[in-house]
Amino acid sequence: MEDFLSEFPELSRETLRFIKKGFDASYRAFSREYGDAIEAVFDPVLYFLVWFEKLLQNSPWPIVLICFLTVIYFGSRKISVTIGSLFAFLLIGIFGMWEDTMSTVSIIGVCTMLSIGIGIPVGVLMAKSERAQRICTPILDIMQTMPSFVYLIPVVMLLGIGKIPGLLAVVIYAIPPIIRLTNLGIREVDREVLEAADAFGANPRQKLFQVQLPLALPTIFAGINQTIMMALAMVVIASMIGVKGLGQPVLKAITNQYFAMGLFNGLAIVALAIIFDRVSQSFGHRIQQHRSGSRE
Amino acid sequence: MSEIKIQIKNLYKIFGKNPESALEQVKDGVNKDELLEKHNHVLGLKDINLDIKEKSIQVVMGLSGSGKSTLIRHINRLIEPTDGSVVVDGEDVLKMNDENLRNFRRTKTAMVFQRFALLPHKTVLENTMFGLHIQNIDEKDANTRARRWIDRVGLSGYEEKYPQHLSGGMQQRVGLARALTNDGEILLMDEAFSALDPLIRKDMQDILLELQDELHKTVVFITHDLDEALKIGDRIAILKDGIMDQEGIPADILLSPKTQYVKDFVEDVNRARVIKAKHIMSKLNGQDRDNAMFVDQDDFIDRFIDKVISDKPNCLIIKNKNNDEIGYLSTKRLSEILKR
Repeated sequence: MEDFLSEFPELSRETLRFIKKGFDASYRAFSREYGDAIEAVFDPVLYFLVWFEKLLQNSPWPIVLICFLTVIYFGSRKISVTIGSLFAFLLIGIFGMWEDTMSTVSIIGVCTMLSIGIGIPVGVLMAKSERAQRICTPILDIMQTMPSFVYLIPVVMLLGIGKIPGLLAVVIYAIPPIIRLTNLGIREVDREVLEAADAFGANPRQKLFQVQLPLALPTIFAGINQTIMMALAMVVIASMIGVKGLGQPVLKAITNQYFAMGLFNGLAIVALAIIFDRVSQSFGHRIQQHRSGSRE
Repeated sequence: MSEIKIQIKNLYKIFGKNPESALEQVKDGVNKDELLEKHNHVLGLKDINLDIKEKSIQVVMGLSGSGKSTLIRHINRLIEPTDGSVVVDGEDVLKMNDENLRNFRRTKTAMVFQRFALLPHKTVLENTMFGLHIQNIDEKDANTRARRWIDRVGLSGYEEKYPQHLSGGMQQRVGLARALTNDGEILLMDEAFSALDPLIRKDMQDILLELQDELHKTVVFITHDLDEALKIGDRIAILKDGIMDQEGIPADILLSPKTQYVKDFVEDVNRARVIKAKHIMSKLNGQDRDNAMFVDQDDFIDRFIDKVISDKPNCLIIKNKNNDEIGYLSTKRLSEILKR
């Protein structure tokens, strides 16, 4: 009786081992059976990612830099942000991190596109159906709180080490904000405006594209911003499973205690994060200018 | 003038988990408070019957919670009734499938909302074209039609502004332009002017009456303001707690209120400004024309009362548009009506 109270009654060691072993064995069998097929599904994404990375790395750096600055200027419409970005990129290049930065930009870019492409439709679905919301909410909670190393294990078992597992890890971690905020944005649309759309005979598609999505856009944009930030935060962890970029030198610096190397690459990630954040935020502000001030 | 456009018959609406069983209770005579207390259902509308004539303005008046906004939403079926029927142009709105209902809403009706319900991300012009975009009408045609109505409600020059930059009165003009651009025969106005300042409200009422003179739409107008109801309405229906207390022309409601509720409501109204000569005249039977005063049948009392006081006629002879004598009014009856 004393034993029962002081020690939590647990399964015997053999049973536990049997359960874990059985679980692992069946998953291994599954990955042996379907690993290649599943990998093939991701081939197009891989090709695109590799192409994009090569494009950024192999084009002459002045052209890439000019393209970046053009996008930054037209995204933010701010000279200060553009000039700040110019200096950041020049420093990155001078300190020998240009190639790694291009790798990181390419994987962040592809992850963001994937997250938007999957996240917005899922968010719309959640907003339209209570059932979808009930199913998706706990899954999103798990995606955001489960330590990323845990879901890296099955992904690596299934697909091996490389770009695609890294991409999946980043997307799993970064996609919840855009799904949640798309859902929230659509649910927050003024009931009376929706009623007006109904009263004028709008069908569900017209309501979605002419009323709900445009009105939810500022909130959706906050989600995109969050998604980019979280993707950047995953860069180091993704480098553990073979994703090239600024994460790998950081990882090397941790294992070998190279403080300066870690610091430089870390600062490069921070610089990218700030640039992405400023550009996407000012773009987000601009698309909702109708809410205050005039358009002139 | 007399064709019936919208016919509402035995309409019931009960809000709650099991409206059907609550409906039986209501039909058995359970009242609103009892229904809420014992069965946890809210009685929205009870046995509403209303025939709305073509090309007239039907006002539905009541205080908040009386069910007036619920009633107007049954006409274009934004709300499903628990029981009853709504027939528009001989077709039962409640039997339409989704596609037919959308077409009905697109082409037959247009609605103006209390809090405007404009799209904040679209300009005045784009908002006005909203109904036409929904119908997939081509851009050029939609543009011309929208601009015409923007001009008609006095918003020329504001086409490219966003609703947030306009005052409440101007926003509601956009709401009105949007509804008129849709060109439906039925205009549903849900407390359309209630959120506006008194002066602007008066402006909007005048615009509506002016447009109605020209357009002859069938207008259903919801309001909680009796003065507004009397000014605009060809007929007025008074709702209380989901029950229709009285329905009729403004003068009848003023002169012979059927229930205490209506009586309380109309007590403080200035009758001289609401009642027309034709409403209170009696049949002619050989009245003396000596010192008689002639009055047009559509004149409100306050238009001729000063003259009655200064000229002291023996009686008033009422004439119609063709100058035929159609009735008379004694000064004694006139003073009774004004004293009530």
